[in-house]
Amino acid sequence: MSIQSGIKYFWSSFWQLANPKIFMGWSGLWLPWVIACTVICLSTGLIWGFFFTPDDVRQGSTVKIIYLHVPSALMAINGYFLIVVGSLFWLIRRQHVSVLAAKAAAPVGMTMTLIALATGAIWGQPMWGTYWVWDPRLTSFLILFLFYIGYLALWKAIEDEDKAADLTSVLALVGAVFAVLSRYAVLFWNQGLHQGTTVTIADGVNQENISSVFFQPLLLSMVGFGLLFFALLLVGTRTEVRARRLKVLEAFERAH
Amino acid sequence: MPELGKYATEVASAYGVTFLLLVIVSIFYWQKSRIFKRRLLAVEMRKDA
Repeated sequence: MSIQSGIKYFWSSFWQLANPKIFMGWSGLWLPWVIACTVICLSTGLIWGFFFTPDDVRQGSTVKIIYLHVPSALMAINGYFLIVVGSLFWLIRRQHVSVLAAKAAAPVGMTMTLIALATGAIWGQPMWGTYWVWDPRLTSFLILFLFYIGYLALWKAIEDEDKAADLTSVLALVGAVFAVLSRYAVLFWNQGLHQGTTVTIADGVNQENISSVFFQPLLLSMVGFGLLFFALLLVGTRTEVRARRLKVLEAFERAH
Repeated sequence: MPELGKYATEVASAYGVTFLLLVIVSIFYWQKSRIFKRRLLAVEMRKDA
């Protein structure tokens, strides 16, 4: 199979997931494997990082917080981008599964943001001498957290599901600015306490700004957090699809 | 158990908060999934009956 036909096959399969029935079958098949991989990667990464890595010369044992802080921050931002993509698919193509996936991603994305903020504050106290500072990256992360809360609150506030999907999608697009800021603030706003990115990809090559002794378990933790996010996303989207079907069936029952 | 030295409280609380939040959010998703699965099954059985 050539690369071009492979890409074509991927896209045609991807669009088929917009069909709730196909999505339920596909996700039901993959979910146990995703959960198994999540448990393996997350436990291995965190146990390796916590028990089998040395202390940092300057940061001492607080460096072990990196295995929680960096992966959760990564998923907080990527989770929001996923919401934006799902919202765009809804606004452009009116695909219910995509906006339901966006809705399902919000609680876990909000939790990841909260973990990043909490672990950052706990790490900041011994290293910077303060739990909080109005640094560009910290502030943009706080605003991102507020956008997650606003997004979820808007879903709850509107009874008509299609109208709620429209309004939350627009809100998600507005919040995308802060997701971008959270990701890139350290690159162009050199006035904060927060360090630069720990892992960067330049010219398609991974550039490690930390020693490999810390990087390897960190990478595993990042994969583990990503898989956990994906597992909860699948569970959440399946629930939202079921909730939508339940609403239709109950309305049908009431009418007859 | 690794020797965490003078930062033991910070490291332990960071791991504690993270695990607590991850457990809460996982239970939330799982519980909601179970509730809707059960309710949908009941309605579909009534429909088929």
